[in-house]
Amino acid sequence: MAMPKKFLTFTQGWTFTAGSKPHSSPGSNTMIQKHRILVCKMVIWVAALSPGAWLVAGLIFNWLGPNPIETLTHITGMTTLVLLLVTLSITPLRQITGWNGAIRLRRLLGLFSFFYALIHFNIWFVFDQVFNWRWMVEDIIERPYITVGFSAFVTLIPLALTSTKGWMRRLGIRWTKIHRGVYLAATLGVIHYYWLVKADVRLPLLLAFCLSVLLIYRVPGWLEKRRRTIERSHGSNIN
Amino acid sequence: MIIRSKKASNISSSEITPPEIYLGRRRFIRDAGLGLATLALGGTTLTAEIAGQSQEIPARFRNLKSELGEELNSYRDITTYNNFYEFGTDKRDPSRNSGEFEPQPWTVSIEGHVNKPGNYELDDLLAPVTMEDRIYRLRCVEAWSMVIPWYGFPLAELIKRVEPTGNAKFVRFETVHRPEQMPYQKTGVLPWPYVEGLRIDEAMHPLTTLVTGIYGTELPNQNGAPLRLIVPWKYGFKGIKSIVKIEFVERMPTNTWKMANSFEYGFYSNVNPEVSHPRWSQARERRLPSLFKSHETLMFNGYAEEVSHLYAGMDLHRWK
Repeated sequence: MAMPKKFLTFTQGWTFTAGSKPHSSPGSNTMIQKHRILVCKMVIWVAALSPGAWLVAGLIFNWLGPNPIETLTHITGMTTLVLLLVTLSITPLRQITGWNGAIRLRRLLGLFSFFYALIHFNIWFVFDQVFNWRWMVEDIIERPYITVGFSAFVTLIPLALTSTKGWMRRLGIRWTKIHRGVYLAATLGVIHYYWLVKADVRLPLLLAFCLSVLLIYRVPGWLEKRRRTIERSHGSNIN
Repeated sequence: MIIRSKKASNISSSEITPPEIYLGRRRFIRDAGLGLATLALGGTTLTAEIAGQSQEIPARFRNLKSELGEELNSYRDITTYNNFYEFGTDKRDPSRNSGEFEPQPWTVSIEGHVNKPGNYELDDLLAPVTMEDRIYRLRCVEAWSMVIPWYGFPLAELIKRVEPTGNAKFVRFETVHRPEQMPYQKTGVLPWPYVEGLRIDEAMHPLTTLVTGIYGTELPNQNGAPLRLIVPWKYGFKGIKSIVKIEFVERMPTNTWKMANSFEYGFYSNVNPEVSHPRWSQARERRLPSLFKSHETLMFNGYAEEVSHLYAGMDLHRWK
């Protein structure tokens, strides 16, 4: 089982050097690398902003239908989840392609996901709850799908706040632990979607399937890491 | 509610008059009535633009409001925002995917505990009835609502004509099953065909309406052409569309949404701000086209005076 070990080395590599400068490789390679990342980031900006742009245009030109708030809520929620899943596929992508630069796209994707979650929450608070804190709290307490969706949103807040390089450096290894919250947020988000659908659960199930694949993919790595930690602690006991 | 009636012919003459002739006569009488309304209002017809096609709307609807003073929703809103899962689960799907649906000719099968069962041509069913405009609130279980000028006649008129027997305690309705014209019937999002039901006294209530049109014009496919039910004090999904079967039964039928999820949907489904859907509150609604969900939902959708006696002594928290 040489492959998982190799993956693991990568994982630890980025974990511990997350706040530092990118690995310096021979000159032209670095140029190509930088160029590639720049292009990817531009693609992400355009792709991630396009649902928002479509919604704004829809509001202006009135093509969101008789209940625009419903359309706004659905599309911002959907975009949040899709971007969150794309964010979670960066690590597998990196390991499968061996392109380490991919890791530098992850924060941008995660922040765009949070950006849509924030809009999604605010649409709900303004138009569904009509700025009424009491109604909002009642709904969060009494409606499980809202409880779950709200929890997902709250889970994302510290991740977004600590996404800067400064916070990465300050938190060190704790940063990695805190940012495991993304697995919780994604799971809660998908449950939220599944619970709010009336009958046609095909799309939420598709998202749940993608999330499961992304989580299951990580399991061997986690087990391997756990095994190593136990071995290491055993070793230190003997010594 | 506002009810505007125009007397059609009282002669029930489906046997002696060919359909095209009595259909023509009904149209003539209706148009004559419209002519008067147009004159009285001194206006021309209103026009709604839908997907490039313009729909003439009789001028009698200008400035018309509900009995509570509520504005009518536009023809466009009513015909482009629909829950009709046979054509798709998105609100825009029915208006986009129902173009192939053929609402003519149409036969309704009347079955069960009645003295006059049989397959009735829709035109025969409609020939003797008095068509009316009925402005009702439509409250969807999803907590949005509209005010819609339906065009139809009381279900009670039809029921009386087919003479139910003493065993007819409930009425069971069924939507047409045509997977080749209704694409989502090929999926399993709901058990098909769609089924709804009413207690016989609910079915006989004068507010309960069989609808063949909106805004005085033909019912579009996406709204349940050619014949649908409207029970204004119940959630919208009770208003079964494109009805092909009306069965008089002894035991409470299981309606589709109850079949799909009996924890969330019941048989009665009366609009009730005090009984929440398990997943959301029913105390407020979004009265389209308003953006805010701030409209207070009324008991029995505002028809309590007319219908609450039907449920005297019933625990409405239990009988959802």
